[in-house]
Amino acid sequence: MPTPASGVPALTRDPSEPRYAADAVEVTLAASGDAHAFERLYRRHVTRIHNLVRRMHGPDDADEVTQDVFVRAWEKLGTFRGESTFSTWLHRLAVNVVLTHREARGRRRNRFSDDEQLLAGAAARHTTPEAAMDLEGALARLPDGAREIFVLHDVEGYRHEEIAEMLGLATGTSKSQLHRARMALREWLD
Amino acid sequence: MTDRWMDRLSEYLDGDLAPGERAALEAHLAECPTCHATLHDLRQVVNRAHALVDRPVGTELWGGIATRIGASGAPVVDLAARRARRRITLSLPQLAAAAVLLVAAGAGATSLTLRPPSPAPSAVARTTAPDVRAIPAGLPDKAEQSFDTAVRELEQALAAGRSRLSPKTVTILERNLARIDVAIEEARAALEADPANAYLNAHLANTMQQKLLLLQQANTLANSAS
Repeated sequence: MPTPASGVPALTRDPSEPRYAADAVEVTLAASGDAHAFERLYRRHVTRIHNLVRRMHGPDDADEVTQDVFVRAWEKLGTFRGESTFSTWLHRLAVNVVLTHREARGRRRNRFSDDEQLLAGAAARHTTPEAAMDLEGALARLPDGAREIFVLHDVEGYRHEEIAEMLGLATGTSKSQLHRARMALREWLD
Repeated sequence: MTDRWMDRLSEYLDGDLAPGERAALEAHLAECPTCHATLHDLRQVVNRAHALVDRPVGTELWGGIATRIGASGAPVVDLAARRARRRITLSLPQLAAAAVLLVAAGAGATSLTLRPPSPAPSAVARTTAPDVRAIPAGLPDKAEQSFDTAVRELEQALAAGRSRLSPKTVTILERNLARIDVAIEEARAALEADPANAYLNAHLANTMQQKLLLLQQANTLANSAS
């Protein structure tokens, strides 16, 4: 993660990391088929995953997508190699599930080029005090691609290189979309 | 918006500009109130993103997950009740007692492997729990020795039974034991620098407890597979 140049504090990517020893016990048991251990993992991480899903995907299907994340985690637990913490592994898995849902809904195609127009128009439309809103509300108004990049970078702390790899786009596109998302949010926030 | 630097403000904010570009933009900022104000606004946006607080999940989602992973036949665990029954937040005196109990619980490691994990900690839990803030600094030697003895016994039992575990389980187990060992060493090192830190004391006790529990669980698994 780059060092912020102008006083923006660095994010802690994984605030739950001090709990990794406890996770390690549950992961071992869950990987051997212990559903109770997996339930304990679920309860430890569901709030963070649900918030990530809601912000990236939008609120409408957040419950369903969150359930898909944990079902997928159960199915893939055997591939968890401990190269990162379980929390980090689960987080990345959640991002992939969100992106898969987006693709399944046919909303990914050309979304970044479409976003350019949407962002340009949206920022111009919402400049009155009456339109001011909180950040979560403003996030929901962003086009899909710009919202994903903003959440991954500014909320979750991923680097542009990581985002570009996850979303299958150029690093420069990630940077320009992030800037446009911030410029739009700047207009909308109270 | 016609300013050529306007589109570079986020890169500046994130520290992504090359030194030369950064210097040029900073010179521009000193002369351009529009870019200066926009930079301030963007910084506010980023700070608000960093400060976002997670909202609680409004819906209980586990039931649907349990059904889909085939775990719905098992009763959903009331974790709060379970924790209340076997409260094992070990302070250091409790850890010492737990380790002694574990060692004394059977006439050898084999008996330990057949023992479910809860009895010894539960017995400890019924003792008067000292205020964690009053825990004396550092781990008492006796507790350390008892812990080491308990771990050694359990490791010996596990070595005897590990052939009954799947290679995948053994791999995961060894990896997680190694992680816990690292966590224990880090906690010990941190305590040397800050021996009165109640959090570190509790964290060390908790991590040592995790190792004992993991070894116990592994032994239980090995025995159930026999």
